[in-house]
Amino acid sequence: MPSLADLTELIVFVLLAAGVVVGSLGVVLLPNIVYSAFLLGGVFLSVAGLYLLLNASFIAAAQVLIYVGAVNVLILFAIMLVNKREPLADAPGLGLRRLLSSGVCAGLLWLLLRVAYTTPWATPGPTPLGEDAVVRLGEHFFTDYLLPFELASVLLLMAMIGAIVLARRDVFASDIGTGEEADQGLIEKARTPLLIEKSRP
Amino acid sequence: MPTPFTVDLEAGFRGLVETTGLSPAASRLIWLPLPMLLVLVAAVVGVLVTVWLERKISAAAQQRIGPEYAGALGILQPLADGLKLLVKEDVIPARADGLLFTLGPVLVVVPVILSWLIVPFGQHLLISNVGIGIFLWIALSSIQPIGLLMSGYASNNKYSLLGGLRAAAQSISYEIPLALAVLAVVMMSNSLSTVDIVDQQSGAGLLSWNIWRQPVGFLVFWICALAECERLPFDLPEAEEELVAGYQTEYAGMKFALFYLGSYINLVLSALLVTVLYLGGWGFPLPVEWLASLLGQSIDAPLVQVLTASLGIVMTVLKAYLLVFTAILLRWTVPRVRIDQLLDFGWKFLLPIALVNLLATAALKLAFPAVFGG
Repeated sequence: MPSLADLTELIVFVLLAAGVVVGSLGVVLLPNIVYSAFLLGGVFLSVAGLYLLLNASFIAAAQVLIYVGAVNVLILFAIMLVNKREPLADAPGLGLRRLLSSGVCAGLLWLLLRVAYTTPWATPGPTPLGEDAVVRLGEHFFTDYLLPFELASVLLLMAMIGAIVLARRDVFASDIGTGEEADQGLIEKARTPLLIEKSRP
Repeated sequence: MPTPFTVDLEAGFRGLVETTGLSPAASRLIWLPLPMLLVLVAAVVGVLVTVWLERKISAAAQQRIGPEYAGALGILQPLADGLKLLVKEDVIPARADGLLFTLGPVLVVVPVILSWLIVPFGQHLLISNVGIGIFLWIALSSIQPIGLLMSGYASNNKYSLLGGLRAAAQSISYEIPLALAVLAVVMMSNSLSTVDIVDQQSGAGLLSWNIWRQPVGFLVFWICALAECERLPFDLPEAEEELVAGYQTEYAGMKFALFYLGSYINLVLSALLVTVLYLGGWGFPLPVEWLASLLGQSIDAPLVQVLTASLGIVMTVLKAYLLVFTAILLRWTVPRVRIDQLLDFGWKFLLPIALVNLLATAALKLAFPAVFGG
């Protein structure tokens, strides 16, 4: 008979794994984009729970902070700022597209399963470090993984500058979206408010 | 030599249970929910006290009397408020999204209550001394904006949506200087654990508190904590004159009570964390070891240990409530900022200041390792 701790671990693992699988299916399949975004947050949280089960508490907290607290909130923010509730028209040949994409997905799944079953996994794996993991992570970041770490920050800086250039259209002579003459005071001047229905006089 | 006596409720309780013949695993199972329940009750009582204080102090600031009929000095008024919210009709607007509308307040409250896991009231008086301690709180508090966005969106009301968006924008902007201020303290104490952070401040009583070594960090943290709690001057997500009540507009009954409870638990929690990070946690202004030797008592004597533990709880709560008092006074002193002022202040002032503070702490730590933690 398994001990109480093992049993709890098994139940929690099954629940979290189900959360990840069902949640990610929902993210892909639900027609409402807002639901998809909220479910994505749920998937990230379940993955953080899996990290906790693996005794990687720092990674779990970082996962919550970065993926749930930053990435997912920004995705939601973008969706809600646009806030269009119009139903999208079906693309032509939707049936064929769905068939093709599910074929590709099934192929990928088969490939993953094959890798999972043919790889000789070393079980049990290396012993978890627990609380010392933070120190080890820091050491790696500033010694052998210094270059990828710094390159990632440069990449983020580039993305940030790009976003600022796109948002501040007054740095261009003409609007890159519409080709019109750029209005230099665009940021200060209010545009048409998003929440007012345009059909209303 | 006998091992020094320390107040360890878990060991005591489990020892007591195991004398009845239960296995250690079973005694652990019985023990586990107890501190959680105790802290939950403490959090709710803390909120009731804060609500009463808020009403009384607001009244005093405006030269009114405030609640006075429910109990002596109106002390039962928060209970009456809670009871009223409990029995009120729970309305879900007809065109709202029922599921998200219900889930929103839950997502706002649960992370706040979970964060009480790491608040220490004494050396062994906390639910769990997790190694990632204060980082756990930062991570958990980043979940809250999702609940706010969810309730703002699900209400299907433009004021609610605007309030939710404002709350999320405010929350993400002020989290960064907050985390940087915490990082400076963590750098000085070489640990993320809240117990270690307090221990590092316990050398010379009042003089060794972090507030003297981190005055800028303290101010940045307190401002950001107020912004995260949506207290005035940063309460624009629910600015009455502009947005009715922001994301709470459509809520009534128990769901509204969850928001209310969440915001006050968050205020008490923030005050407690300022206490832990900057005001020496459970430490008395004079070192208790010195006081004990002055009275000719050994610090490891059981009675002295029980006394110092009680003193620790009293000191933690006292310091936290002094900060809550400051927050309430600030509410009636400073006007609300505009949204552009709020974002400018967060990104163009607090963030650079917090960064400079972090760099200065690192430099001082290298220059004076004895004072700033080696």
